[in-house]
Amino acid sequence: MTAVLLRGGRLVDPASGHDATTDVLIEDETVEAVGSKAPGRARVVDCEGLVLAPGLVDLHAHLREPGREEAETVETGSRAAAAGGYTAICAMPNTDPVADTAAVVLEVRNLGEKAGSVDVLPAAAITRGLEGETLVEMGELAELGVRLFTDDGRCVQSAQLMRMALEYARAFDVVVSQHAQENSLAEGWQMHEGYASALLGLRGAPAEAEATIVARDLLLAGLTGGRLHLTHLSAALSVELVAGGKARGLRATADVTPHHLTFCDEDLTGYDTNLRVNPPLRTAEDRTALRRALADATLDAVATDHAPHTVEDKEVEFDQALPGTTGLETALAAVLSLGPNPDLPTIVERMSTTPARILGLADHGGPVAPGRPANLVAFDPAAEWTVGERPFASRGRNSAFLGRTLRGRVVHTLLRGRFTVQDGEAVE
Amino acid sequence: MKESPATGRAREGGHGLGVSHLLSMTQLTPEAISTILETADSFREVGTRIIKKVPALRGRTVVNLFFEASTRTRISFEIAAKRLSADVINFSSSGSSVSKGESLKDTALTLEAMGADAIVVRHSSSGAPQTLSRWVRASVVNAGDGTHEHPTQALLDLYTVREHFPSFEGLRVAIVGDVLHSRVARSGTHGFSRMGAEVTLVGPPTLVPAEAAAWGAQISHDLDAVLPKTDVCYLLRVQRERQRLQFFPTIREYARRYGLTRERVGALPEGALIMHPGPMNRGVEIASDVADLPQSLITDQVTNGIAVRMALLYLLLGGSEA
Repeated sequence: MTAVLLRGGRLVDPASGHDATTDVLIEDETVEAVGSKAPGRARVVDCEGLVLAPGLVDLHAHLREPGREEAETVETGSRAAAAGGYTAICAMPNTDPVADTAAVVLEVRNLGEKAGSVDVLPAAAITRGLEGETLVEMGELAELGVRLFTDDGRCVQSAQLMRMALEYARAFDVVVSQHAQENSLAEGWQMHEGYASALLGLRGAPAEAEATIVARDLLLAGLTGGRLHLTHLSAALSVELVAGGKARGLRATADVTPHHLTFCDEDLTGYDTNLRVNPPLRTAEDRTALRRALADATLDAVATDHAPHTVEDKEVEFDQALPGTTGLETALAAVLSLGPNPDLPTIVERMSTTPARILGLADHGGPVAPGRPANLVAFDPAAEWTVGERPFASRGRNSAFLGRTLRGRVVHTLLRGRFTVQDGEAVE
Repeated sequence: MKESPATGRAREGGHGLGVSHLLSMTQLTPEAISTILETADSFREVGTRIIKKVPALRGRTVVNLFFEASTRTRISFEIAAKRLSADVINFSSSGSSVSKGESLKDTALTLEAMGADAIVVRHSSSGAPQTLSRWVRASVVNAGDGTHEHPTQALLDLYTVREHFPSFEGLRVAIVGDVLHSRVARSGTHGFSRMGAEVTLVGPPTLVPAEAAAWGAQISHDLDAVLPKTDVCYLLRVQRERQRLQFFPTIREYARRYGLTRERVGALPEGALIMHPGPMNRGVEIASDVADLPQSLITDQVTNGIAVRMALLYLLLGGSEA
């Protein structure tokens, strides 16, 4: 038996309502005790000045395997996740081949288990081949443990098909996650349509391209009673619609990315391809609305939309660059850096407790209590670092935050009692 | 020591513009624009000589890097550089390493390794010259990037207007047509506004972005209302492709509402100028007989393009420092 005593950290655990300095004793894979403890035979890890929280949970990460292993693998993506304080991540299905069958889902999960850095939960496509035409065998995939279905990267355009997906999914209590974009309003887009796009001569997609689908899918959630999740919302209009839907009691949830909370369309004046993301960065006013909605829980979660790409796919003309930024290693710091006094319980709730609940992950997101699996993160909320000064664990170098100084650094990550990151270094 | 550039002597340092690349008209101060136009005056005279050449850039290498087909702009830059005695290399996307899949970055590094002093780039992607400028030490000149900017077109347009009006201050410029997709309109609006002119962007609402008001321009959808208050009527090329995408119902309707016909020319004040960056769609944005009127400056624009580009290359490269 191995025992570790995490001593003197501030435990922020929204699931139990705990927010105070305390010790956490871990034996093997589980939390043995919370509260002042004599170490006994346990190895003591000093956590003074650190925040201790349930390990972070990401609803949205692209691990690229199978198919684009030069951009990322399940192993490198898992290590990046652990480095960022995550203990569970949901792997997006837009791989090659698409995760629309048991075979691909099982492969991704096995690769995740082999890597062993985080729990990798494969999401599956809503439609075969992401073609937007035929539903995948949701029942079989749900039996294998798939909790979230999404055609992410694409949006289900047919209202009828989306209705069927939401309705059929009710039998398995799984989530249908939508990448909201009405394609005809967004044809050939390179950025948000607005003042900056007019100035830069880049083709824009209006916020209405997203909001149109948000409005439609909220109506369909009402019609079907299905569990709708709206991922990486970017626009104030969308947030207003979600707030309205929640007020009507719909079973809808939504997330936002760290980069949409941080940047806006005016940051594109240098044509930096790392800021070419999908959906596009919106205006400063949209960003303000997103931050406010995250604070008041209109937006339930922060999700990274970690989207690694090769250098060749990013060091090109702006309109030819593949959209996306990496995110797993910067998400927590980016969110902690949004304002001078980060609200830690809210941040932990949005980055761990709530996403774990959306995915139905009993072992993650807290509560941090005796008998529970020891999935934890310890971070220094004040430590400053510059993104890119240390090598990334991800294969992707395409961070929107490159060169930016952020506040908040992950010190330890524990997956079922085992350090995956210790003192800021990956544990092999 | 401000000597005539046409003698081939350099101004001190050569960077009288305050920039090492010309990517956007927004980079240039009114003073820098005036410097370019004044320098172009002396180079224009060179074009009237029997021997149309000065040694100002002897030994310097100018690369014309054209990823998008363009005859007039490339030839204009080529003549400009040759009249300055620079070595000129034309590099176009067809029949080159670019068509073999070489990336913009590798092309840039290759040209850098070959010692290019200036790279004149035309590209279908907005921002490509700016991206390129991060990879090379050479001066990058934007010769048109996507739907972003075409700054040397704006400079030659300013030069052409300046030959007819003593000052830009208060000059009423109407830029008519597909503003949304026009790099000429963007650069022109910035250029004319910076020099004190009042710019009105005219076209159907689908082709004039509402945000353009923030560039300091007026917006109108009624050409007939604007014409009587116009000193310079600048027509943009309208691509037939836009009709397919429903930016307007038909070419016919576009021409009826926004085409400059002989009749509409009558509504312009005495002495008003007509301009077009070329190539023209006669009978669409401009009636054929209008294009050939004496107040139409379309061929002057082409002639002046050479002198203005000579001035720009000269000022960016600092002339011969021998």
